[in-house]
Amino acid sequence: MMVTTLQADKIVDARGAHCPGPLVELIRAIKEVPVGTVVEVWTQEPRTKEDAKAWCERAGHEFLGAFPADGYERVLVRKKR
Amino acid sequence: MERAKVVIVGGGVGGTFVANLLAKHSDRVEVTVVDATGVHHYQPGLLYVPFGWERPERLRHDERRLLHPAVRLLQAPVERIDVDARQLRLSDGGMLPYDFLVIATGSCPVPEEIPGLAEGSHHFYTEPAAVRLREALHRFEGGRIVVGIAGFPYKCPPAPLEFTLLLDDWLRRRDLRKRTELVFVTPLPQIFSIPTVTPLFEELFARKGISVETFFNTERVEPERRRLVSLEGTELDYDLLVLIPPHRGSPLIDASALGDKGGWVPTDRSTLQVKGHDRLFALGDATDLPVSKSGAAAHFQAPILAQNLLRLIAGQEPDARYDGSVMCLVETGNGKATLLRFNYEQPPQPPRPSLWFRWQKTLLNRLYPALVPKGIALGEFLALLQGKFARTEPFCGSALMEQWSQKVAFPRE
Repeated sequence: MMVTTLQADKIVDARGAHCPGPLVELIRAIKEVPVGTVVEVWTQEPRTKEDAKAWCERAGHEFLGAFPADGYERVLVRKKR
Repeated sequence: MERAKVVIVGGGVGGTFVANLLAKHSDRVEVTVVDATGVHHYQPGLLYVPFGWERPERLRHDERRLLHPAVRLLQAPVERIDVDARQLRLSDGGMLPYDFLVIATGSCPVPEEIPGLAEGSHHFYTEPAAVRLREALHRFEGGRIVVGIAGFPYKCPPAPLEFTLLLDDWLRRRDLRKRTELVFVTPLPQIFSIPTVTPLFEELFARKGISVETFFNTERVEPERRRLVSLEGTELDYDLLVLIPPHRGSPLIDASALGDKGGWVPTDRSTLQVKGHDRLFALGDATDLPVSKSGAAAHFQAPILAQNLLRLIAGQEPDARYDGSVMCLVETGNGKATLLRFNYEQPPQPPRPSLWFRWQKTLLNRLYPALVPKGIALGEFLALLQGKFARTEPFCGSALMEQWSQKVAFPRE
């Protein structure tokens, strides 16, 4: 298992949610936090990673990566603007 | 034997249908539907109101006439569900006790969640809104119309796409299409939330010259400047805006502390029992189930819920399982429609749009007020049509539907 030292400031648990649930939760969280905050979304949807990456490119935020955890994936994003 | 008191909150599709299925067992259950208005709106018909293709008064039904005679209808707003005392507190101060409760309180559009949306945008999800949009459309003389999705979740996911395609038809008929730019906006990376459905609509939109803005999360609407601003930093001017607001569960659910943060009732995806409450069931939009919020979903859930409730009353395990089945006919313009049918496991594989599916949709819309009082599942009816003409692959839930039709939808008296 990959280990990351990245620390999230806010965790959104979207496990069990189906697409577009986790992406919507991520966007909602980013909307609410100050610039510079790292948001981590927990997802079981394999598509969330690619969707989040594409959204970050479009919206100008930093996609920090997706890391496997126990039965789910942690997708990390830093709010840049 | 004393009959079990079943109270159903909400006289929409789900509540009405469950009531009529249970009424066939009135030797065992005493069924009461509590509804705030006593007026049943056939909401799928609202899609046609803005174009003048449906009259709103035809979509309004007297709930009493849709209910089986054995069902009692109580027209009263409910203030709170008191789970511990097993009763409903009505707004006139009265109390209504129950043995089992069915929550069918639906969902409400909440344009207030996005600044400027209520003032600046139209939608067609309620009768007054659909009528206002009809007036605005009939005044429209050309320019840019922006249609889209303002936030999640919202009722009937394909409806904004259907509306856009019908709008394209309507503008062509009025000779306005050449003077109109149509733009569709969505917060998602693709035009629709289900990947297997996306290519069909991408092709239709491209063919009709409707541009699509993906990853457009509306942050605010500026009505004075007729401008939309997205979270992604995009601005879009409009002459007419039709943006579907995000929805929330009923305020009654919040008031009764039975919902999650969106006001949705946590519901077991198989048995349809409310999580943590054995005597409570929920169906349709009111639930947090991972299926679309639509009357079609409520239709498929109703026979399962009724069967489980009857089993529970008889002291048996509620073992009927909802498999996430939904079936809906979707307008694709040019007088055609397609069919989306899916469940928890199988995504929809929409067939090529055809006049045949459109005909089915029209038939369903017409037959609804006649079928519902008899407790006939529209899903059953639809499946029958599909099976008869075998235009699509076999339906994964068909065995289950057969089981319902024998046990619940058409029980032997």
